[in-house]
Amino acid sequence: MTVYDSLFWFFSLAMLLSAVLVILSPNAVASALYMVLLFLFMAGLFVLLEAFFLAIIQVLVYAGAIMVLFLFVVMLLDAREPRRWWSNNVMGLVGGPLVGGAFLAAVVMVLRKTQWTVAEKGGAFSGNLEQVVAPVFADYLLPLEITALLLLAATIGVIVLGRKDDAS
Amino acid sequence: MIALSHYLAVSGALFALGLVCIILRRNALLIFMGLEMNLNAANLALVAFSHFGGHAGGQVLTFFVIAIAAAEVAVGLAIIVALFRRRQTVNLDDLAQWRG
Repeated sequence: MTVYDSLFWFFSLAMLLSAVLVILSPNAVASALYMVLLFLFMAGLFVLLEAFFLAIIQVLVYAGAIMVLFLFVVMLLDAREPRRWWSNNVMGLVGGPLVGGAFLAAVVMVLRKTQWTVAEKGGAFSGNLEQVVAPVFADYLLPLEITALLLLAATIGVIVLGRKDDAS
Repeated sequence: MIALSHYLAVSGALFALGLVCIILRRNALLIFMGLEMNLNAANLALVAFSHFGGHAGGQVLTFFVIAIAAAEVAVGLAIIVALFRRRQTVNLDDLAQWRG
């Protein structure tokens, strides 16, 4: 087993373990912190895939910005759950693992049947900053501009949603 | 030897766990975290295809997914905060008055 292989297994198993802990933790703050761990391990997998720029973006935007937003809202709302959160949700308790297991079985079945054609290694492409960002400003310029507009719309929407209602 | 299918299997497992989180938990914030897990699973599959296929498209798409996820989280959390302000709860079972 090479270093690459053991790193892959470490990152993926740790990531899946933190996903399970997100689901099972009764405390929403703990769930959010496990989510940060999940994003960090995902960044590790991105590094293994030579997507260095995306790994940095993952840490900065996901683990940094998005999860801080989550943590702020979790602490602001102080929405306490009962210690035994699973006791009054029998349908979800049965249905959740059932649907998840069925999906996983379908994925594994497809993966076993499919023969992927993989490009020759050592090609021109690797995930450094220039090679990822250059197409963004050439082939994908219109989606980029639309994304900018979407971010503006989201900002305005959040301001409107967050206002206190004067009527009531 | 780690191949493309290993990464896709991990991505599928993470997506399944996100689904379980969405169905199992009744807290709106936890359901939202499950959605984020699903987005990340899709990101991992895209980056793996991009790496093993030797094409930048997957990574560019992941870049857009991350940008849009940021906008989505901001709006979604604002909706949850507005809901909490009105009803004093984020448990979806307590908000089930529109059930058919």
